[in-house]
Amino acid sequence: MTIPLDYESLRVIWWLLLGVLLIGFAIMDGFDLGVAMLLPHVARSDIERRVVINSIGPFWEGNQVWLILGGGAVFAAWPPVYAAAFSGFYIAMFLVLVTLILRPVGIDFRNKFSDVRWRTFWDYALFAAGLVPSLVFGVAFGNLLQGVPFIIDSDLRVMYQGSGLFELLNPFGLLCGLLSAAMLATHGAVYLTLRTDSTVQARARDAAMAGAATTIILFAVAGLWVWLGIDGYAITGAITPDGPSNPLLKTVVRQPHQWFDNYATHRWTIAAPVLGFLGPLLALLLTMARWRGVAFVASAIGIFGIIATAGVSMFPFLMPSDIAPAASLTVWDASSSRLTLFVMLVATLIFLPVVLIYTAIVYRALRGRVTASMIEKNSAHLY
Amino acid sequence: MFDIDPVSLARLQFAATALYHFLFVPLTLGLSFLLAIMESAYVMTGREIWRDATRFWGKLFGINFAMGVATGITMEFQFGTNWAYYSHYVGDIFGAPLAVEGLMAFFLESTFVGLFFFGWDRLSKHGHLVVTWLVAIGSNLSALWILIANGWMQNPIGAVFNPVTMRMELTSFWDLVFNPVAQAKFVHTVGAGYVTGAMFVVAISAYYLLCGRFQAFAKRSLIVASAFGLASSLCVVVLGDESGYTISENQKMKLAAIEGMWQTEPAPADLNLIGIPNVERRTVDYAIRIPWVLGIIATRSFDQQIPGIDDLVTRAESRIRNGLIAYDALEQLKSSPNDSRAAAQLRDHVADLGYALLLKRYVADPRKADATTIKDAAADTVPGIGTLFWSFRIMAGLGFYFILLFAVIFWDVSHQNFSRRWLLRLMLWSLPLPWIAAELGWVVAEYGRQPWAIDGVLPTFLAVSSVSTAQILFTLTGFVLFYSALLVTDIVLMRKYIVMGPAKALGLDAPTPQPATVPAE
Repeated sequence: MTIPLDYESLRVIWWLLLGVLLIGFAIMDGFDLGVAMLLPHVARSDIERRVVINSIGPFWEGNQVWLILGGGAVFAAWPPVYAAAFSGFYIAMFLVLVTLILRPVGIDFRNKFSDVRWRTFWDYALFAAGLVPSLVFGVAFGNLLQGVPFIIDSDLRVMYQGSGLFELLNPFGLLCGLLSAAMLATHGAVYLTLRTDSTVQARARDAAMAGAATTIILFAVAGLWVWLGIDGYAITGAITPDGPSNPLLKTVVRQPHQWFDNYATHRWTIAAPVLGFLGPLLALLLTMARWRGVAFVASAIGIFGIIATAGVSMFPFLMPSDIAPAASLTVWDASSSRLTLFVMLVATLIFLPVVLIYTAIVYRALRGRVTASMIEKNSAHLY
Repeated sequence: MFDIDPVSLARLQFAATALYHFLFVPLTLGLSFLLAIMESAYVMTGREIWRDATRFWGKLFGINFAMGVATGITMEFQFGTNWAYYSHYVGDIFGAPLAVEGLMAFFLESTFVGLFFFGWDRLSKHGHLVVTWLVAIGSNLSALWILIANGWMQNPIGAVFNPVTMRMELTSFWDLVFNPVAQAKFVHTVGAGYVTGAMFVVAISAYYLLCGRFQAFAKRSLIVASAFGLASSLCVVVLGDESGYTISENQKMKLAAIEGMWQTEPAPADLNLIGIPNVERRTVDYAIRIPWVLGIIATRSFDQQIPGIDDLVTRAESRIRNGLIAYDALEQLKSSPNDSRAAAQLRDHVADLGYALLLKRYVADPRKADATTIKDAAADTVPGIGTLFWSFRIMAGLGFYFILLFAVIFWDVSHQNFSRRWLLRLMLWSLPLPWIAAELGWVVAEYGRQPWAIDGVLPTFLAVSSVSTAQILFTLTGFVLFYSALLVTDIVLMRKYIVMGPAKALGLDAPTPQPATVPAE
């Protein structure tokens, strides 16, 4: 079979699609994570908590598929990254899995016994299910920006040389974790202002404004930190964008300010960090002005800007190695074969629009606020 | 059998998490279709009892679905955490069906499941029915893509080894999709799911009839489920995936091990109905044999031979020697990538490269292996015979039992006879059996795949991540404790709602609630 697209274009497209899926996950499932994180704070009584849980009740399941699909896409399009990242961030990944598992069961099980301790337990389980993955995803990005300690042998076996979880929790990693948590908490809070009323809505509004301000500050601090203290990576010598996916065929240098290089060569990419600041700022102002729908869009744009900033800064690197920079995984040497990238592209172009259409249909069918009276009236059928 | 080393622990973790996951999957597969059928009855007849039945079984479906999703997340990421070299080596092929599963099936199922639960008052009757069918179709499509991925592990077609990237790469997506092993497994697996769903409804309905509660509801459920169960149990057994056992070398080995057939028999081979496999004497003691049957069902012919274990081991030995030629060429290519003679040598023998890798269990450089080591490695291609022999027989025996049971139930209910108490009790006690059969089916398929992660391509012991024993032990313990706690909770909740019954679970017997008061700001 002849493949109508060249290898280089396919790799760039899949780098963009990886971004689409990550951002899709952060926007769609991000508000579920944010809502879960805020649950004990914005909702104090049982009925309030049920309001909050039911505001995401019908949606989180579909939203979570963005994560599953993201995982599948990394596996299919960037197998070395899938292998290196998940075996490297081993215990962190375990924490994410356990807490993500708490979410479906927490939402489904909480309301099935009326015992107070039972419900309180699941409230805090849901809190963890929102907070821990949000933190860990940010920590992972923070570590990717610094480089991860792995080597690759001549059989292309990835060997992670780090000491484990605590090494990932370095100051910059933690900062990125907090940024990610603040960003998603803001998004969840804005969502709650749209879907709830009265006290819960008022508390969510405060949380959204505080979260947006925190996001702006942390994003600025992270940018400054990268400029001052984090060396970037660059491929030296000839780059072969259509070469074989063998990460050992290149040379790499590590130098200060390198993560800002792409913005200098492609000026328009500055749009990413600009949106990263503008999004949360607008979300803050619009929430203050009670333009809730637009505020949600602004928050989503902020998420787009912040994640895109991480991606653009590192391009073409996906996962740099700080102990063996030449073994770093890049867009040019860590992808699937041309055929797989093409087949997966066709599948994505067919099915992703369909997914978006029926997602919109479902959200439309279930639109409207969740109120305390609604919960009381339909108690047997709601979470 | 299992030592405390990373390979065994990673295998144990995969086995444990997969078997837990598959406690919930078959019920989702089967119950989703039963919900769709019951709701179709509601839409066609307009009788409320069918809607209530759909909603009540839907409630139990929801508890199960949450657990299925929860335990499924682990499966998706475990290839990366514990099986990093596997992910690198075959991700180019194996990742694709997993990603398509997300795009095409899991999204469909998960997006609409929310609307199924919360859309009753928001959609028209027909609209909601469409949603229920989409959930059922989505969950079954999901199984299709997962089994395409799994089928490729059993019969890796449509791919070739690339020495520059040191991995398998896709050559034909259609070969991957239309892999005959995958297709056979799909039919067999979803069929097993339908049997599970049917048994679940049958057993709980029988329980209500035994204690004289919700009779109208239970009778209707019983009629639907027994018909569905009879059709699907026939389908599972008749279209069992034995047909897939003649295709690849490992599949043949699996079949021979299931049969305890050391020597190749003249075609068509006899079937060992039962007996005790004796590994030392390489025979089955006290065997009750049925002439010709194995040859006919496995090869669908009278003249095709089924190779025995001994012949397969001999073949494996020659494939190892052949694979060593490929391995040698590969090592030469690593140091001089432009060596065209080595490239040609690799190309000619690459089909057996995986067999040379079997030697890495004994020697770091397979080319240094002596004749005894090669023999040992060839003998490694025989999976655990006792486990396969018994797992298969219990599973198949249960399969025939299901046909019989559903046939009897169906006969009774179609004659409006719901009063045989012994039969009702039998239905109730049969509740766990489909799960046992399904889990044993996976034991046969995957334990029987050993020593391969990918048949003939990548041995399991090479496929693991380079993570420490302590780390895997930690996560293994964590998952087992965590999953067990969840499983207990799940069963307690299921039991609670079953005992409560449809009227109370759906809030139908509750007094009309007082006009709600919105808490003051």
